[in-house]
Amino acid sequence: MTQTSQRPLRVLAAMSGGVDSAVAAARAAEAGHDVTGVHLALSANPQSFRTGARGCCTIEDSRDARRAADVIGIPFYVWDLAERFREDVVDDFIAEYEAGRTPNPCLRCNEKIKFAALLDKALALGFDAVCTGHYATVITREDGSRELHRAEDMAKDQSYVLGVLDERQLAHAMFPLGDTLTTKDEIRAEAERRGLAVAKKPDSHDICFIADGDTQGFLASRLGTAEGDIVDESGTKVGTHEGAFGFTIGQRKGLRIGHPAADGKPRYVLDISPVNNTVTVGPVEALDVTSLTAIRPRWCGSAPAGPGVYTAQLRAHGGETEVTAALEGDELTVTFSEPVRGVAPGQAIVLYDGTRVVGSATISATSRTAARVA
Amino acid sequence: MAGRTPRTPLRRVRAPRPPRRIGHTMAYLDHAATTPMLPEAVEAMTAQLTAVGNASALHAAGRRARRTVEEAREALAESLGARPSEVVFTSGGTEADNLAVKGLYWQRRDADPARTRVLASPVEHHAVLDAVDWLAEHEGATVEYLPVDGHGRVHPEALREAIERNPDDVALATVMWANNEIGTIMPIAALASVAREFDVPLHSDAVQAFGQTEVGFADSGLAAMTVSGHKIGGPYGIGALLLGREYTPVPVLHGGGQERHVRSGTLDTPAIAAFAVAGRIAAERREEYAREIGSLRDELVRAVRAAVPDVILGGDPVDRLPANAHFTFPGCEGDSLLLLLDAQGIECSTGSACTAGVAQPSHVLLATGTDPDLARGTLRFTFGHTSTKADVDAVAEAIGPAVARARTAGLS
Repeated sequence: MTQTSQRPLRVLAAMSGGVDSAVAAARAAEAGHDVTGVHLALSANPQSFRTGARGCCTIEDSRDARRAADVIGIPFYVWDLAERFREDVVDDFIAEYEAGRTPNPCLRCNEKIKFAALLDKALALGFDAVCTGHYATVITREDGSRELHRAEDMAKDQSYVLGVLDERQLAHAMFPLGDTLTTKDEIRAEAERRGLAVAKKPDSHDICFIADGDTQGFLASRLGTAEGDIVDESGTKVGTHEGAFGFTIGQRKGLRIGHPAADGKPRYVLDISPVNNTVTVGPVEALDVTSLTAIRPRWCGSAPAGPGVYTAQLRAHGGETEVTAALEGDELTVTFSEPVRGVAPGQAIVLYDGTRVVGSATISATSRTAARVA
Repeated sequence: MAGRTPRTPLRRVRAPRPPRRIGHTMAYLDHAATTPMLPEAVEAMTAQLTAVGNASALHAAGRRARRTVEEAREALAESLGARPSEVVFTSGGTEADNLAVKGLYWQRRDADPARTRVLASPVEHHAVLDAVDWLAEHEGATVEYLPVDGHGRVHPEALREAIERNPDDVALATVMWANNEIGTIMPIAALASVAREFDVPLHSDAVQAFGQTEVGFADSGLAAMTVSGHKIGGPYGIGALLLGREYTPVPVLHGGGQERHVRSGTLDTPAIAAFAVAGRIAAERREEYAREIGSLRDELVRAVRAAVPDVILGGDPVDRLPANAHFTFPGCEGDSLLLLLDAQGIECSTGSACTAGVAQPSHVLLATGTDPDLARGTLRFTFGHTSTKADVDAVAEAIGPAVARARTAGLS
């Protein structure tokens, strides 16, 4: 049974001003649900206009969302969640980088804002569900419990950023775009057909609260700059940097190392140590991770009973890889069948059983072929 | 005259709704935002829409338009207790406020560079407030906000005290006739009398007051007064500044100088004709209307108090606009209440302005000393000529459960 064939629900549609959430709201309304649109004001000082294809927090985006709601024929409001967003997403983002980790603010926003602050207020006001333009599928089992699955269209699938949702959050989630095989062009065509002016609006990319896309600049402005050493695996200094927080494990560009490595091969960030403000670099092979531990697990349903074989996804647009996962207390140990590269503490690992999302956890440490790096 | 258009039976003006709302009671209680046009005004306007003629042109078509405009000017002047030459047509209340505040400031400062002090009530509409702030930021004005009491009223003694501090440096004073959010009526005649004593021009935004309380321009002693068309059953996009003949504010809009050389732009003959008709009806029916609408409003207040005993009534309990009811519901967000009532077909306002669609605590309530958290839980219901007892009943039924639900959502 798909979500759109249920009894009519009172649905709060989160509308960013983009084409996906507009079509999602339109589909929910067309399916007979009683839909109200809400745009989340997430910035305390919103910019007037979008710059390029970034963000969803400008006044122009708010107007686009309102315009879409008016065409769909649903009530529309703007809710100010800027304070919650700053505390739960932006400050967390900065703190994670400061600690040498690589956070994913989109997952955090889904967990803490869209399906927490927004959902709680929606439920209190008498709504049954929150609807978003994410590409993912919710299946209701015979017993009424719900499963989160990858979108029908794997190329568009966004179940990774929803992997943080627990059973209660999932019970009130609606993703009208996920259960049909629709390309982005078709979504745009559908928006056009529905008379939604956002049909041709560019997709948003990157991090919505960093309007110019300059994450390093954003972090530097918040955390300040502090010169430190770039060292190789042997501890030999090979360069300097202006703040360890500006690096991501697996990063190759922007290291500005003057002289090449002895073997002439490119070097990658292997480790970030905020304590002594040191960045360690090395060859690509040294990035190979064979296992990891992850904390703060969140399960879309009950936690897995024993060790099991799953597929895992480690990045929003990453591929799948086979793993064995075991839960001990609140710590998840994951072993990869084949070594994977570019795994950084702070990232989320999402476990799948086929297309079904089992749960997610935040990577706390990775083990490389050679040594375990925290 | 062009052929008359058949009278349109105009009961409610509203956007198309999704079908789900059918069956709900529809109650439009936001007449202070805008009120439906009166059928008589629609008739006057449509009669003019097909007629050609620029009122500034000299040929027959121009003369015909000119006559319509001047007759409208005379009618409006009569409705407002003013002379026809004191009526300056503008594009609406906002433009009239800007012309009065900026124009009089420039006129007075140009005549005497020492006059840079602007006295304003802190509960003004943004059309005045932002104009005054702009003068401070860009034109060297010193803005002094006059103290208000708990009902948002400026007392004549407060104005006197402010002027007396240095009568020679005051450019102008501006105090609205009645507050658009909480409905309190200001003692305009007494304030104007103080201002005149010191030869300080006093402007008053009477957009909300016109049609609900007596706003005679000559009797008031004001230098300038703002009125607007669409708040009294006239069309959008038309308003007027009533302007004493001794004042020549520096224009905000430069051009053909059509209106006493203080306001430029081709005169909107159809809108002006309709505005005058609505103005005449507003003045003629005022007493009866105020009585009827006031008793509906009182019923609403009783019903809301019965349903929510701890509700706080905003504004002056007696000296207030008869069509205005303003409530504060402790522990609620006005936004939540608005959503819940809207879902039941009840259309009202939180009363405060939005920034990018996000409701801000009302500057009016903050000026009256209301706690900022409390100021978030407000609703404004405003009645108009299409309001009925059914509107009151709809609110009476919905408000209790809506407040209970909004309280569970809290002040997140």
